[in-house]
Amino acid sequence: MTDLVVDGLEVRYGVVAAVRGVSFEVRPGEIVGLIGPNGAGKSSTLHAIMGAAPVTGGDVRLGGTSLLRRRSEDVARRGIALVPEGRRIFAELSVEENLRLGLAARRSRRDPAAVLDRAYELFPIVEEFRRRPAGALSGGQQQQLAIARALVAEPDVLMLDEPSLGLAPRIVDVVFDALAAIRESGLAVLLVEQRAQRTVALADRCHVLANGELRLTLGREDAADTDALVAAYFA
Amino acid sequence: MTVTWQTFADGVSLGGIYALMAVGIGLVFGVLRLVNFAYGQLIMAGAFSLALGAQWNWPVWASILLCFAVVLTLSTLMDRLVFRPLRTQSPAVMLVATFAVSFLLQSIALLWFGSLGKIATSLAPLNRLWTIGGVDIRKISIVSIAVAAGCLLLLQLLLERTSVGLHMRAAAMDFRTARLLGVRANRVIGGAVLISGVLAAVVAVMLTVQTPLVTPTFALSDTIIVLAGVVLGGLNRPVPATLGGFTIGFGSGFLGGALPTGQSQYLPSLLFGAVIVVLLIRPNGLFARGRGSMERV
Repeated sequence: MTDLVVDGLEVRYGVVAAVRGVSFEVRPGEIVGLIGPNGAGKSSTLHAIMGAAPVTGGDVRLGGTSLLRRRSEDVARRGIALVPEGRRIFAELSVEENLRLGLAARRSRRDPAAVLDRAYELFPIVEEFRRRPAGALSGGQQQQLAIARALVAEPDVLMLDEPSLGLAPRIVDVVFDALAAIRESGLAVLLVEQRAQRTVALADRCHVLANGELRLTLGREDAADTDALVAAYFA
Repeated sequence: MTVTWQTFADGVSLGGIYALMAVGIGLVFGVLRLVNFAYGQLIMAGAFSLALGAQWNWPVWASILLCFAVVLTLSTLMDRLVFRPLRTQSPAVMLVATFAVSFLLQSIALLWFGSLGKIATSLAPLNRLWTIGGVDIRKISIVSIAVAAGCLLLLQLLLERTSVGLHMRAAAMDFRTARLLGVRANRVIGGAVLISGVLAAVVAVMLTVQTPLVTPTFALSDTIIVLAGVVLGGLNRPVPATLGGFTIGFGSGFLGGALPTGQSQYLPSLLFGAVIVVLLIRPNGLFARGRGSMERV
């Protein structure tokens, strides 16, 4: 089993405690949402899992193996892919080269053609523009490229940091539809989002973070309850 | 000012050698955000190896092999003992560390070989003239141009066609994201340092043909000029850095040959004056586009 288990995670930047005792679990074939206001500790949690933030307590385990004190590249090579906030594509490289960079963390030694084809199938726009410089793509296209790049690593867990940030509603639909399809393929998905209602409706469960602490867990049935969502957000 | 085909060939030849040095410095800067001031001392160490090979009457190939072995060992040691342990420190710490390594290697050379240095004569026949279409040109000029072009082409193929090259380019643009994608930092840095060392060894061979007297300050002034050239071209990308190195090398070689003997002492002032003027007009470099990331890991 390749469950991602976050257990009592603590992250500190100097004297500032960004994440305080957060625990949750993501299993294969499910989407778990992390929502909350700015500065709640959502991105810090993702970076801590990736070994890119200073963890001062707790544990992060993938398939029972602790990921603490591992370098980011080693975490990626163990099967966790992150789509970072702001996409962070390599603007001067071509779309195809960006995609091939995703293969760096791939554990399988089989021909990567099939996995690239699957990414193109999920995001046809990436294939259409594969020879172009990635910087020439629109924000929505870059976001699709960033997700495709994470998927070609064939991870066990896909983490996304605010993938809908700054995107047009139509493109947000494309991204959320893709996430539903990715869940169907059996991947574990950890989704950090600001669009609370949309995330609660999509995810199998959603954890609300505030001030670095996990305050509440919501199910899909809570998506329609706007008052509960607002109350949870500002708790 | 006298301009001959030899003057022009000298310019292109020195431009090619400086372009190789610029790539060597630029590659390491790309992945470490470190200006390696000790690069010249790697070349000096390679040149002394060639001089020792000549002194021991080794065949040319064995001397060249020794030069490569010494330079690659030193650059790997530099990476393992200095660059890696300090790579998360401030740029000032890193720069001072490379100054320290530079002076350390110079001092060792001074202790071992003395201030008068040694003569590297193994490849001296390359200083003879070749007559091409009625024009006399020193063989080393043609060889330097061919070797520099070959090395740059190979490097370009490595960077464009291999996954290690792709990882190096990505790391130079945004190392943090590259690592999040699984790109191995140590492998990329080790690769860049190794290639940089290979280029330093090639430059050592070429420069000792042109200047057979090897002293502890060998290649020091060349490194300073190339550093200016790399900044002139644009420090944050290999191609602009290479063009910057070539430009300043061509300028230096061409003017060095064309200026009357009595005026050649003004050459460094002229070059650095031109670099300052260019940087005042284009602070990001003559050939750079936009602003590069200055992120370090």
